[in-house]
Amino acid sequence: MIQYLGLGADAAEAVRLSLKVAFWAMLWSLPFGLATALVLARVRFWGKSLFDGFVHLPLVLPPVVTGYLLLLLFGHNGPLGRFFAGFGVVFAFRWTGAALAAAVTAFPLLVRAMRLSLEAVDRRLEEAAGTLGASRIFAFASVTLPLMLPGVVAGMVLSFARSLGEFGATITFVSNIPGETRTIPLAIYALTQIPGGDPAALRLTAVAVTLSLLALIASEWLARKFSRRLGGD
Amino acid sequence: MLEVEIQHRFGAFALDVRFTSGGRLTALFGRSGAGKTSIVNAIAGLIRPERGRIAIDGTVLLDTEHGVFVPAHRRRLGYVFQEDRLFPHLTVRQNLLYGRWFRRHPAGARQIGFDDVVEILGIGPLLARRPRRLSGGEKQRVAIGRALLAHPRLLLMDEPLASLDAARKEEILPFLERLRDHSKVPIVYVSHAAAEVARLATTIALIADGRVQAVGPVAEIMGRAGQYPLAGSFEAGAVLAASVSAHDPRWELTELAGGFGRLVVARLALPVGNPLRVRIRARDVILAATRPSGISALNVLTGTVEAMVPIGEEAVEVELRVGTERLLARITRRSQAALGLARGGPVFAIVKAIAIDRRSLGRDDALDFPVEAEVFDS
Repeated sequence: MIQYLGLGADAAEAVRLSLKVAFWAMLWSLPFGLATALVLARVRFWGKSLFDGFVHLPLVLPPVVTGYLLLLLFGHNGPLGRFFAGFGVVFAFRWTGAALAAAVTAFPLLVRAMRLSLEAVDRRLEEAAGTLGASRIFAFASVTLPLMLPGVVAGMVLSFARSLGEFGATITFVSNIPGETRTIPLAIYALTQIPGGDPAALRLTAVAVTLSLLALIASEWLARKFSRRLGGD
Repeated sequence: MLEVEIQHRFGAFALDVRFTSGGRLTALFGRSGAGKTSIVNAIAGLIRPERGRIAIDGTVLLDTEHGVFVPAHRRRLGYVFQEDRLFPHLTVRQNLLYGRWFRRHPAGARQIGFDDVVEILGIGPLLARRPRRLSGGEKQRVAIGRALLAHPRLLLMDEPLASLDAARKEEILPFLERLRDHSKVPIVYVSHAAAEVARLATTIALIADGRVQAVGPVAEIMGRAGQYPLAGSFEAGAVLAASVSAHDPRWELTELAGGFGRLVVARLALPVGNPLRVRIRARDVILAATRPSGISALNVLTGTVEAMVPIGEEAVEVELRVGTERLLARITRRSQAALGLARGGPVFAIVKAIAIDRRSLGRDDALDFPVEAEVFDS
């Protein structure tokens, strides 16, 4: 299908890779994002504002800095890089690294959306579930989680869309390797650096615009579906 | 039997209560901020008192001395909150069945069935709907049903009618009376409304400033002079046990009989012999030193003065013994002096039939008080 759009094999590769990177970035950050949102919304502890700031850091930090820090931590010689290498997971100069960079930069958006929807759910409903016999975990899973689902979905869509656009941290951390880490933004950047690359860059740009629009429409549709479910008879 | 002993501090407010009750409906009665909700929350396990002991029928739920704290979801208590707290993402049916997931009732125990609850509460037509579109009264009935279907050993109700208007209250009150008289589940009911408590309670615990000021059967607490400033209500009034003794179709009246004698009220649609409780507000009672004649009031009861308690600067609350029952009258101090009222002295209490409206009458199918119902033809 991608060929029909008039994209070359390289460009098609970039689109496929982008979707893969964004999908896994979104999926892996989901449980961590939920846990972080829960901690920020419900737990009071010393140094919480520092933790809050740390979570939101990728939002304000220059992406190149994020990427460089990832390189220091998860690179071949980085402490976490060596740790994960022990389990056979390598991030440096691999697509997994691109997914990690995307996940980290999109993380604040995911957490923010989930935290807001979590705080909007009346905690007294969980209390009511408790008096009916539900343990705290069951009460959360059966009452709060379904009610905050619109926020979870919104967070996932935002995270996915942000991951599709990730550039600075990716190129710093895992470089620009065709077929491995060259996602759409990196491919567009590469095309604009060579003579005669403009038409191909434009076609990829159109793909990027389409994908982002689709993601937004999907999230809007889901949000409306949820609100109808809660409001109707 | 419910045993409660709680000591807990909330900032400057200290809760220090101790009471036991074997009543079918124990009302925690007192003004807002007296600590009533905190007591119920402690029983439910939603707050953990600093010191205390709570037991139901011998099952210990809290005993700080021995380090016992049963978490809320293991207590098997039903809780009907002031706001309905229904789950908005579930249908009425799913809300009602939520407690069933935990199957915590002991096998073999007599269960309240789903169909019975739906029938009693009249919520059959609502089952497929979601809570958001229900009226306040409907929501509260569903909340009561949801709590009942979790098969609680005790039902806690925290001002379940407070957020409803008068018409919706009238819609729920008969359900609560039926629940009290026909279900096996004892109820702890929080309220600051004297009329509600007079109609529903079998036992009253009067709560003020975080302490229990008095505990006892409804007629005893309600008929005691001087309790109401504690309860923060000006609606003082005695509660009498009665039963329908005759109807007078010509004048559309009904005669009630009880330990106090006879009382004529506006016609009731209840059969002769039907037990009920009557609340007579203290300010609706006129006192006379001699038997009055030529008056419009239909009820003149003979009694003796038991106690007199000054209320404010100008008024006094007079507690009367009328037969085996007690009656309260609120009169001015000037009248008290003019009548020369003294403890033990005789007095006539005049009660207008019209003053006893339908809302002062509650059904009482399983009466606590012994009543000799005289049945005669009208």
